[in-house]
This record gives sequence, C-alpha cells and structure tokens, in this order.
Amino acid sequence: MPVLTAQPFPTSSPPGAAPPNRRPGRRPGGRLAALLVSPTLLVLALVAGYPVLAAFRESLFGKREGLDSSGFVQEGEKFVGLRHYAAVFEGEAGERFWNAFANTTFLTVTTVALETVLGVAMALVMHRAIRGRALVRAGVLVPWAIPTVVSALLWQWIFQADGAANALLGREVLWTTDGFQATVAVIVADTWKTAPFVGLLVLAGLQLIPGEVYEAARIDGAGARQQLIRITLPLIRPVLVVAVLFRLLDALRMFDLPFVLVGPHKQSVETLSMLAFDEAANTRYGPGAAYAVVLFVYVAVVAFVFVRLLGADLLSGDGTGRKTSPRRATTAEGAMA
Amino acid sequence: MSTLPRSAGVHPRRAGRPGARAVLALLGTALLVAYCLAPFYWMLVSSFRRSSDLFDKSPLPSPWSLENYRAVLEPGTGFGRALLNSLVVAGVTTAITLVIAVFTAYALARLDFRFKNAVLALIIATSMFPGIALVVPLLKLFAGTLHWVNTYQAMIVPSMSFALPLAVWNLNAFFKQLPRELEHAAMVDGCTPGQAFRKVILPLTAPGVFTTAILTFIAAWNEFIIAVSMVNETSMQTANVAIARFGGATGFDIPYGTKMAAGVVVTVPLLIMVLVFQRRIVAGLTAGAVK
Repeated sequence: MPVLTAQPFPTSSPPGAAPPNRRPGRRPGGRLAALLVSPTLLVLALVAGYPVLAAFRESLFGKREGLDSSGFVQEGEKFVGLRHYAAVFEGEAGERFWNAFANTTFLTVTTVALETVLGVAMALVMHRAIRGRALVRAGVLVPWAIPTVVSALLWQWIFQADGAANALLGREVLWTTDGFQATVAVIVADTWKTAPFVGLLVLAGLQLIPGEVYEAARIDGAGARQQLIRITLPLIRPVLVVAVLFRLLDALRMFDLPFVLVGPHKQSVETLSMLAFDEAANTRYGPGAAYAVVLFVYVAVVAFVFVRLLGADLLSGDGTGRKTSPRRATTAEGAMA
Repeated sequence: MSTLPRSAGVHPRRAGRPGARAVLALLGTALLVAYCLAPFYWMLVSSFRRSSDLFDKSPLPSPWSLENYRAVLEPGTGFGRALLNSLVVAGVTTAITLVIAVFTAYALARLDFRFKNAVLALIIATSMFPGIALVVPLLKLFAGTLHWVNTYQAMIVPSMSFALPLAVWNLNAFFKQLPRELEHAAMVDGCTPGQAFRKVILPLTAPGVFTTAILTFIAAWNEFIIAVSMVNETSMQTANVAIARFGGATGFDIPYGTKMAAGVVVTVPLLIMVLVFQRRIVAGLTAGAVK
C-alpha cells in the first residue's frame, strides 16, 4: 500500500512515544496528498484537459483551400483566428445560435428547479417511509437507472399523437413535433428521469443525521416545520449543493434526450450541444469546435457564479452547520461526534 | 440505526399523531412510487401487446404476446452482444474510477496541502466539460496513433472524464460529513493517517462508496455520445447505441412495440442490479451510522 510506505514515521512506534506530534492531522500532508491526488489529475488531464485544448485549437483553424503562390493545391489546415466565432454570433448562423442558447438556458433553469424541489420531497418521503422502504428506494432507482436513450423512446411513445398523454388529457396535442409543447415534453421527461438522482443524494445526506438531533429538537418544542428548516435543510446542504451543481452542469449540455425524443434540427428544443454536434457531424469541425467552446465558456461562467455563491461549503467547509448559529452548530456537532 | 433504544420517554402529547403521520407517509410513498413506475410500467405493458392492439389503453395487455421480444432477440440483431458490451464498459469504468476516487476524495476532504482549492476547482472544471468538446479530438487521437477505434478502452477511458469527477465529489461530500475527531482518536491510539483512513474512515464511508458506485455505474451505462462516436462495428456497440440505431436513422419502419421491448430488455439487467445493490445500500447505511 503506497499510502503506508509514504509515512515519514515508523508505524510501529508506541502511541505514547510521540508527544511532539500531538496533532498528527496538522502535519504538512503535501507528499501524501500529492500521492493521493495525482492519479485523478493525471487521468483527467489525459481524457478531459487535452481534448478541450485540442477543441480550442480546432476552433481557430479552418480547412485550407485554393492554390498557393506557386500553383500547388494547398491541403491541411490554416489559422483563421476568430473568424468562426464572428460567424457564430451573426446572420443566419447567429439566429440559430441564439435560439439554441435560449433553449439551453430555459431547459436548464426549469428542469433543475423542478428536480431540486421534487428531489428533496422524495428524499423526505423515502426517509419517513414506514413500509417497504427497500422496495420504495428500488422503485425510485428505476427512472434514474433507465438509460436516457431508452427514456427518450419511452416518452416519445407516451407523447405520441394517439398515445397515453393525450388520452389522459383528452387533447390532441402533437407533443414531439416542434413548438412549445415539445419543450414541455422534454422538461417532463428530464424531470421524471433525474429528480430521483437528487432525491437519492439528499436521502444519503439525511441518513447521516442522527435521530438524537431531532429528539433533542422535539424536547425543545420544535415542530415538524422548524425541524425541517433549522435542522434537516442545513445538515443536508453539502450533499444538496453537490447534487444541484451536478444537475446544473448536466442540464446545460443536454443532448441525448431532445435528440431522440424530438429530433435534430427542431427550433424549439435544439440545445448548444446538439448544434455543435450537428456542425461536427457535417465535418464543419471549426464552427463545431467554436460552438463547443462557447458552450464550455457558458458552463464555466455559470459554475463559477454557482461556486462563488455557495463556495464556502464546497471548497473549505469541513462539516455541516457552518452557517447556523454557533449554539446550534455546537449542538449538531456534539450529537454527531 | 438500532444502536440506541430510541425515545424511551414518549411524550404523552404526541400520542394521537402517529396515526395521521403514518397515513401521510403512506400516501406520500404511494405517490412517489406511482410517479417513478407509471411511465416504465406503460412501456412494459406496451411491449407485451400484439402489434394489432398496440394502441390499446387497457392497463394490461388483453392477449399477452411475446411478438415484440421475438423481433428484438432474433439472433441477427446482435442485441445480446450489445448488452454484454455495455456491462463490460460500465463495470470496468466504475471499478477503476472508484479505486482512484476514494483516495483523492479523502485527501481533498481531510489533508491540508497547498493548491488544494485549485485542485478542487480543476476537478469541478473537468466535470463540466461538454461531452461534445471531448469526443472529436479524442476520436482523432484514437483513430490515428493509438488504433483504439472499436475497442473497449476507447469507450472506458473517455468515460472517466465524467465518472471520476462525479465519484470524487460524492465521496468528498461524505468524507467531509464524518467528524474529524474519529481520525484524531484513531491517531491518538497509534494509527498513522493512512491507517486511520483505512481502518476507521473507510468502513464508515461504506454507504457513500456504495451510493457512489451505483451513481458511477449508471452514469457510465447511460453514456451515449462517446459510445456512438468511438465504435462503428456492430459487434462492439453498446446497448444504448444499438437501441438508438433501432429507433433512430433507420427506425421509421420499426414499430413502437418492438422499440418498447428493446427498451425493456436494456433496462432489465439494470433493474436486477439495482435490486441487488439496494440491499447493500440499506445494510451499509445502517452499519455505518456514526456512534
């Protein structure tokens, strides 16, 4: 185990023999940390860092065309600077881009908001469930476990012109063709599939809260609502923050669901990912890479704002209850220790 | 959580409420289960209808029929092989990812070192890279110098770009919630930080590791863009790609009943796995209660 061999201290020394190291956790952990962190960084550099840099480079180059000064046909690539980006924002391409941008934003905001509220509600229900807890949790795993492609197919079937949705509503809506109803179909399908993801993460957070905290609160006269707002929500905050962040980042690059459920080239649901994919699939790698880079920057800005707003808990917080009053925080930590 | 006899002193004031609470909990549970299962149930029912009564709205197929399943599982479709491919890709991705992620997540949650925040920010950053931006350059690399096209590693390695950050972040959140006093106590008792991690923290994080393993596996199983780009041989394609092609480009003549059957076949191995892991999660959460 490399972790153990990296220790500067002999592991066999008796516990009482090291008074200078009364707080071993405070030792500079640089070497150990480097050892533990570097495999992840190495893998990510290879499978994520390199491709993104390559995409950046691709977006600045175009196909070389025409003849050079001595009359030979030129082949390969040439540097075109920001020309792809200029083309992205203007004219017909620009219209398509801004439409995709608006679609991506709208779908992200609506789905993540719905999923967060539903997810927390699901977790609370699962946590309280008296009968068949295992069965309920397995049931909740179903939508989340179904591959996106399959769920797109499934909702396509439900949203058929003569399908279950229209039969239930008594309407004749052409859900999956185009228009706002197609957007609604995508929102419904995405929320159905991913709210359980939020719910499961929150449930895991809920289960780390010891029952004694609630017992103490009850003895102090706190009602169910007070317990939810003052104990449950602050204590699940770290897990919830991670869940929402991942949902947000995932929704911004939404691709498979609208692609299979509604189809490509549909104005109402074309997202930035679909636009970039369409360009690249038609061998317009330069513009495709430019769209991908724009999406990348958009995502980065959103993530940066998100982390800045909730960053204290994400980056440096080492426990729960940071934002609660000192007295209550002490109570919570005391109960957990 | 059977460690302590809970609520030894029951408040007399609360005696009347458990009944109403139980009804509410039951109602909530029923709603939740209906929400989660109804759409899949509809898919399941439709897959067992004959093509002649596919558009029936009855809750059960009137004559049950395996017509659609026969069409999907015909030897010519190569569907079994596609399922196996999916299992290999998602399974290997999950195993490698978790081994790497556990150590990294622990270091990020507990050790003090320089550039910690930078490393955290970097991992967030990679998790948000749009898949489309990764696929094209990697395909260029795999098709050219590496000759990886139509191999498992061509799908496994890029899948780690989203699986690894996901796993590190989830585990990190779990590690952060465990009180530091646990390690301090272990180290006072003579453990090195490594031993404290292995013997005290890791067993306590079992619920988190299991939840993370499931998250990672499903994410890898759901992956679509990478699998569809890196493989063009039918024998190497994953179930997802097979099913998309089923209902995609050539799919106009394929009836919905057959598509539904294909969807059920792809989902059944997952459902079995979900049930198996389900027990482990429950057991892990109970055993891992910090006391």
